Amino acid sequence: MSLEQEIELIRQFPIFSKIQPAMQKLLCFTAERLTYDAGQVMFNAGDAADAAYIIIEGSVEISVPTPAGPIVVNTLGRNDILGEIAIFGDVPRTATAKALVRVETLKISKEMFIKVIRENPDAAIELIKILAARLANTTNQLTRTRSGTRP
Amino acid sequence: MDRSLFGFIIRYSKRDQLLIVPLVVASMLVYYLTLDLPKTIINKAIQGGSFPQPDSQATFLGFPLDRIEYLFALSIVFLVLIVLTGWLKLQINTMKGWMGERMLRRLRYALFDFILRFPLSRFRRVKSAEMATMIKDEVEPLGGFIGEALITPLFLGGQAVTAMAFILYQHVVLGLVALGMVAVQAVIIPKMRQRLLVLGRERQLTARALAGRIAEAVDGVVEIHANGTSNYERAELSARLGRIFRIRFEFYQRKFLIKFLNNFLSQVTPFLFYTVGGYLVIVGRLDIGALVAVIAAYKDLPTPVKELIDWDQQRMDVEIKYQQVVEQFTAEEVAPAELQALVDVPPLPRSGRLRVSGLSLVDEGGSRVLDDVSFEAGLDEHVAIIGRPGAGGSELAMLLARLAQPTGGSIELGGIDLVRAPEAVTGRAIGYVGSLAYLFPAAVRDNVLYSLKHRPVRECSYDGPAAAEREFQLREARRTGNTELDINADWIDYAGAGVSGAEEMDTRIVELLRVVDLEETIFELGLRSPGAAMASATVAERVLDARARMRERLDSLGIQDWVERFDPLRYNRNSTLAENLLFGTPVGRAFDVENLAGNAYVRRVLDETGLHELLLRTGHKVAETMVELFSGLPPGHEFFAQYSFIRQEDLPQFEAVLKRVAEVGLKGVDDAEREMLLALPFKLIVTRHRLGLIDEGFEARVVEARRHFSANLPAELRDAIEFFDPARFNGAASLQDNILFGKIVTGQAGATPRITALVRELLDELGLRPLVVKIGLDYQVGVGGARLPVPDRQKVALVRALLKRPALLVLDQAVASLDPTSQLRVLDGILAERKGQGVAWVMHRPDLCERFRLVLVMERGRLTEKGKFDELKSSGGPLHKMLGAAQ
Repeated sequence: MSLEQEIELIRQFPIFSKIQPAMQKLLCFTAERLTYDAGQVMFNAGDAADAAYIIIEGSVEISVPTPAGPIVVNTLGRNDILGEIAIFGDVPRTATAKALVRVETLKISKEMFIKVIRENPDAAIELIKILAARLANTTNQLTRTRSGTRP
Repeated sequence: MDRSLFGFIIRYSKRDQLLIVPLVVASMLVYYLTLDLPKTIINKAIQGGSFPQPDSQATFLGFPLDRIEYLFALSIVFLVLIVLTGWLKLQINTMKGWMGERMLRRLRYALFDFILRFPLSRFRRVKSAEMATMIKDEVEPLGGFIGEALITPLFLGGQAVTAMAFILYQHVVLGLVALGMVAVQAVIIPKMRQRLLVLGRERQLTARALAGRIAEAVDGVVEIHANGTSNYERAELSARLGRIFRIRFEFYQRKFLIKFLNNFLSQVTPFLFYTVGGYLVIVGRLDIGALVAVIAAYKDLPTPVKELIDWDQQRMDVEIKYQQVVEQFTAEEVAPAELQALVDVPPLPRSGRLRVSGLSLVDEGGSRVLDDVSFEAGLDEHVAIIGRPGAGGSELAMLLARLAQPTGGSIELGGIDLVRAPEAVTGRAIGYVGSLAYLFPAAVRDNVLYSLKHRPVRECSYDGPAAAEREFQLREARRTGNTELDINADWIDYAGAGVSGAEEMDTRIVELLRVVDLEETIFELGLRSPGAAMASATVAERVLDARARMRERLDSLGIQDWVERFDPLRYNRNSTLAENLLFGTPVGRAFDVENLAGNAYVRRVLDETGLHELLLRTGHKVAETMVELFSGLPPGHEFFAQYSFIRQEDLPQFEAVLKRVAEVGLKGVDDAEREMLLALPFKLIVTRHRLGLIDEGFEARVVEARRHFSANLPAELRDAIEFFDPARFNGAASLQDNILFGKIVTGQAGATPRITALVRELLDELGLRPLVVKIGLDYQVGVGGARLPVPDRQKVALVRALLKRPALLVLDQAVASLDPTSQLRVLDGILAERKGQGVAWVMHRPDLCERFRLVLVMERGRLTEKGKFDELKSSGGPLHKMLGAAQ
């Protein structure tokens, strides 16, 4: 897959769709194409968060370590983005990501991601939307857990 | 060292100077004859003085000759005399040159010898660059002058006196006129030159200070950038240059004025000759031949006189220079030469005790930094010297290592008086590492072996022309008071390190690298450096074996596609286009990847394979992409360094090229623009850059061009590249590259750490690790060791000190620059290595001294407590308090 196809790909993401074409291209050019073999860990909970990943192919399991062992919280697939929140919080990774099958990703560095958000208010708003949705989701889950129903 | 230059000259070159004198006298005689002969030619031959009748004959050397023959005979004699004069001058000049160069060599050597004997305190006050300038530049004119020192006045004076005598002999009045003018020159000019001397001295001092200042700026360049003071430095330097300009300007002004006067005076004399002499000829009181001879003689007179005056000027000038330099070097007490004399087998203390009694040291400021320190320890014991910074520990270490002389008291090491022992003893018996050890700009191995180079152990044998050259060098060294020791001899004292030869030495060094925790670092360096130096046939074979096994290993792990191997018939998508075309490792600068598009042979290959236009089009597209991507970034953005093919400062140039291409097309660009565009695609890596510019057709053509490149490589470029060959060891590539024989793929997550770990595993299994470490020992540490981090520099210095197995190892904060865990590891390593041998370790951390047999506590220059750690730690004394403060 060439740069042009990658640009097509990232345009599908609301965060990147409204930014300048030149910036989209720079984003892809500075991004790294990385392949993970099945079972390979992309990052562990507690690692420093230095990049976000767009999944081009394959599926990734997200799990959270607990004293009782890891709990799978999500499975991400083609055209999902992961790790984008942690790089803004200057906090370590909260979850572990593991490739379930052979996974192809586009790795976007923290510096580039921050540059995109800083220069594009539209992208920033998209990011806030994602955050808001996740917060709502988390609040929901918490409410349900407190009231004794299973999520 | 003689205080006056002439003292120095006479002491060391009297014999040589005297040998030239006969030549000078001979040349004077010949010179007189060349003056006299023209008169005879004119008066007797041309004017016919000896031929009153047309058929008269004159006798020449017994032969009767007619007038024409007589003229030719005299002229030939004149020619012979000219040749003889020239030959004598040549001889004199050559001898002068040799003599001057010898004296210069002697002087430089003597000055350097002084530096080696300075007390260390002196180096805190002088700048190294100033010393270097003095030895290199300031004494240079002395060499030239020394050759002239005695001969020139003799020669020129003789010439002037001869000419003068000749003129006087021809005609007294004309002679007196000439004499008068010369007297005026000789009196006035030196007077005017007084000021020049003062200026000359100032010029020398300011230039020396300038050299020192530039060196300061270079040494302190980090501070300049960190504080943003570059403009302050500019102003400082400009002010200096301004002062130098003033001095030099005045200097030249005066110099040219004097020159003018000098010329005027010498040219006004012929005016007098023409008027007075002409008058005398007309009234018949002087013959015309005599007048011509007088004028010819006078033409030669001002030159020697002027040069004599110049010589006198130069004499004063270099006398001042000499005194200034010598003063700088002899201002202080230097160590006596005997202290550093070569001793073949010095008596070394191997056992016994270290006895320090009543030791005191007063520093330059007059304060007492060590006061009445006394202690005793076995040479098989480890002593910790604890104290806060400034408590006197470092000074004590310096005294123990005999790097300074105590003001009072004594140090005895196994029965040897350390204060007075020659360096041959102290340099072998004591090892010293301070907190910031210096490394010489050489390989790690050379730095480590430095501690063993006390004297030549095995003479170098020469034969043929080399032997003659060595003989010559030896003779000259003797004549100039230089050392006769041969730098090409083997200086490494293997016995001192307890090994038998080079092979065992390497093993021993590797052992010590492990002691100071440096082996891994050196291994890493070895893995990354080209292994050519060690590439014996067996090594190559073993590396090739490792290459085959690596392949098997990758296959068996199912990760064979994590490394894309070099295949002569296929394009490597994880390599740059340049690597794919060359298909080898460049050796030297010819095929430097940065400059590949400028290489004539590469251009020829591109032309002949038709790749040129394709590459140009690709370069154009790369340029377009780069300009589009990066022109919007702010200046200095990190992405330029990380990602861009074009440096930021070159962007405008490429924008201009793109505009030109838009106007005139790719065919219309000029050569420079073409080269700029051609250079770009060479850096492309298909898998990494994903620009979609290199398709399969393109790849096939590059592989074809690759074949063409190697098949037609001109003979003179054969050594500029080592081709990738699956069956051969590549001496220019690193060991790691040799084993992988390919590229780790860029897109595979976690490939690099996994593959490097595999390489290491394999090297361990094949027993190649020591070989890699040995290659790592060839790593060049750079100026002052700058290519190694500070802790590693310390470790190299520690190995250096350990290698010579000193009776006493003195360490002063030697591991303080390491992180706390490594400090402990290295400290334990060294103490284990030195078990049963003496160690005196100055440190600030009291918690570390538990590991030592004897603990000395220093406070304000005094030894306030000594004993075993266990006894002192809870005694309520100074160590107890320090331990409390540390926790």
